Amino acid sequence: MSDRQSIAVAMSGGVDSSAVAAMLRAQGHQVVGLTMQLWNQRRLANREGMPEAVQGRCCSIDDVYDARRVAEAIGIPYYVINHERRFEQDVVRPFVAEYLSGRTPIPCSLCNNHLKFDQLLLTAQQIGADLLATGHYARVEFDAASERWLLKRPVDSSKDQTYFLFGLTQKQLSRTLFPLGSLLKSEVREIARSHGLALAEKPDSQEICFVPGGDYKRFIDAYLGEEGEALPDTAGELVTTSGEVIGEHAGIHNFTVGQRKGLGVATGSPLYVIQINGQERQVVVGGDEQLYSRNLRVKRLNWIAFDELDLTRSVEVKIRNRLQPA
Amino acid sequence: MRRVYLDNNATTPVLPEVLEAMRPYFDEHFGNASSIHHHGQETRAAVERAREAVAGLIGCRASEVVFTSGGTESDNLGIFGLAKSGGHIITSTVEHHAVLNSCKRLTEIGCEVTYVPVDGRGLVDPADVKRALRPNTKLITIMMANNETGVLQPVEELGKIAAEADVYFHTDAVQAAGKVAIDVKRIGCDLLSISGHKVHAPQGVGALYVRKGTLLQPLLYGGSHERSRRAGTENVPAIVALGKAAEMARAGLGDGSVARVAVLRDEMERSILDSVPEAGLNSGGALRVPNTTNIYFDHIEGEAMVIALDLKGLAVSTGAACSSGAIEPSHVLTAMGLPPERARASIRFSLGKQNTKDDVQFALNVVPETVAWLRELSPVYTG
Repeated sequence: MSDRQSIAVAMSGGVDSSAVAAMLRAQGHQVVGLTMQLWNQRRLANREGMPEAVQGRCCSIDDVYDARRVAEAIGIPYYVINHERRFEQDVVRPFVAEYLSGRTPIPCSLCNNHLKFDQLLLTAQQIGADLLATGHYARVEFDAASERWLLKRPVDSSKDQTYFLFGLTQKQLSRTLFPLGSLLKSEVREIARSHGLALAEKPDSQEICFVPGGDYKRFIDAYLGEEGEALPDTAGELVTTSGEVIGEHAGIHNFTVGQRKGLGVATGSPLYVIQINGQERQVVVGGDEQLYSRNLRVKRLNWIAFDELDLTRSVEVKIRNRLQPA
Repeated sequence: MRRVYLDNNATTPVLPEVLEAMRPYFDEHFGNASSIHHHGQETRAAVERAREAVAGLIGCRASEVVFTSGGTESDNLGIFGLAKSGGHIITSTVEHHAVLNSCKRLTEIGCEVTYVPVDGRGLVDPADVKRALRPNTKLITIMMANNETGVLQPVEELGKIAAEADVYFHTDAVQAAGKVAIDVKRIGCDLLSISGHKVHAPQGVGALYVRKGTLLQPLLYGGSHERSRRAGTENVPAIVALGKAAEMARAGLGDGSVARVAVLRDEMERSILDSVPEAGLNSGGALRVPNTTNIYFDHIEGEAMVIALDLKGLAVSTGAACSSGAIEPSHVLTAMGLPPERARASIRFSLGKQNTKDDVQFALNVVPETVAWLRELSPVYTG
């Protein structure tokens, strides 16, 4: 990083990626700001209970405006690139399909794999940038012994975003910079302030960028409606772990394992979703003690530190971004 | 860094003579053209001189020229000014968004719109327009020259069809003005839009030709400016600039400056097509304005090409910018039947009076190498 390099920065219009652009520019690198236009926020507006207009979301005109102002303030070229087609194909469609089959998708991870560290990385290369920097809180390091690029947790564990980056390949990691991995969020805001960036106090965004207000059920309804597709009927029974039918539900996409609210049945003690059986359209519920499991089956693994699992290993697994690894 | 601007269909630099002409109207001659005193009379005279100059460019009477804020307002005033709810309008699939989105809005308020297709060269077939006529057809609005390809529509034939059917004919001549001769009588149009900043006047001024006797419903209500067709105090400096630019545009058609641009464009086009494989023109053999060429470079993303070229100092364009500034695939090229990949792989080069042989040479230095680099990185290109 000491040499002057040509670096593209993925700018969202938020504090983190703006600080990255400002830092790299101050270090003397040749920096180009890029924003991906991924989703037309007006596309589903006014459809079936969707809000009329959405402000302050990713890809909104306001965020692009903020990113453009930052680029202008720090004196770097800046471009918006349209990837709406790929985003719909590789993120939105799978997002809807996963819910409809009874699983909870991680769209940010799909976006990282298929858009940010694929399409945007390609664009960065096409316009002559050697590396792509983002505002993720994570670290990437080259391990000389194993000759592998490793993805590591950031210094600010409260902002850890490695969960969403698990799918990155060695090639992707080798061309990626996470300059915030060694900083605390408070330090990042301070950097933004020190560069005179007006958005230094802008609040963090946490929700899924294309789902206004976080209401994914409404989004799925509106999206399928717009596409002229019917919402598949996945209504079925609500059963206990012992198989007793205690009610009915309107569709398995309304549930996530561990969910407590909105089950539609009242019992003496709180009930949680324990399991979703997509085939039988059954939602299994139970007490919180039944939520815990000793077994977990996983598919589509990316080990990062090695290609294939070749011996028995004891590993930590994180099943939700906000949960502690176990 | 050396910067070369070959995006004159997006906007043009204000010519020094034009800037000189408008400059006194900011401070020295600042009057409101509607005022009765000396100051007002001075600017009124300047506005009317400008009106005569614009009339001279398009072959109409001064009283038939309405000044507007630009091409978009001219198109809107022409279309909404004539269309009544329940009527029928004929337009084409390759119009500028100022026309397309106006027509879209009209369908929401009770009008019917027929979109006539174009062939692979981007040309409207007048027979299609004739067939689209209905008893309640009110207006035909089809552009004179396309902004993306430069292709010239057969407006004179369309004018005849409109006249025979007793239907109003509007043509958006924003991209034709200053590049080819315009004569509203020969075209036989009732309305014609032009824009200042496409002819080396500043952004924010334009004009609409309104044939004498055409009753337009105004868009803006207020004072009786522009013979009650467009309320609002005149933007005098910009109108003066448009007048000067129109004068120069008219002169340019005869003094060889447009012919010089045509030679530059043809040289550039030929050299690019000679040096880059798997590239071609997006206009077939259709007649075009002399400054524009639209070329596809198969296996590249036009968006990445525009950015890569900009970082090397060459300004060109692709598609149309949406509100965020991202590029949307060109509706014009798509309507011409280009497959989506080829529409996305297309670049528009548009020259202006200020461009030199050196500018073209600069483009010839950077374009082939950039195409080669992008193809090397392309996941689908195998050489």
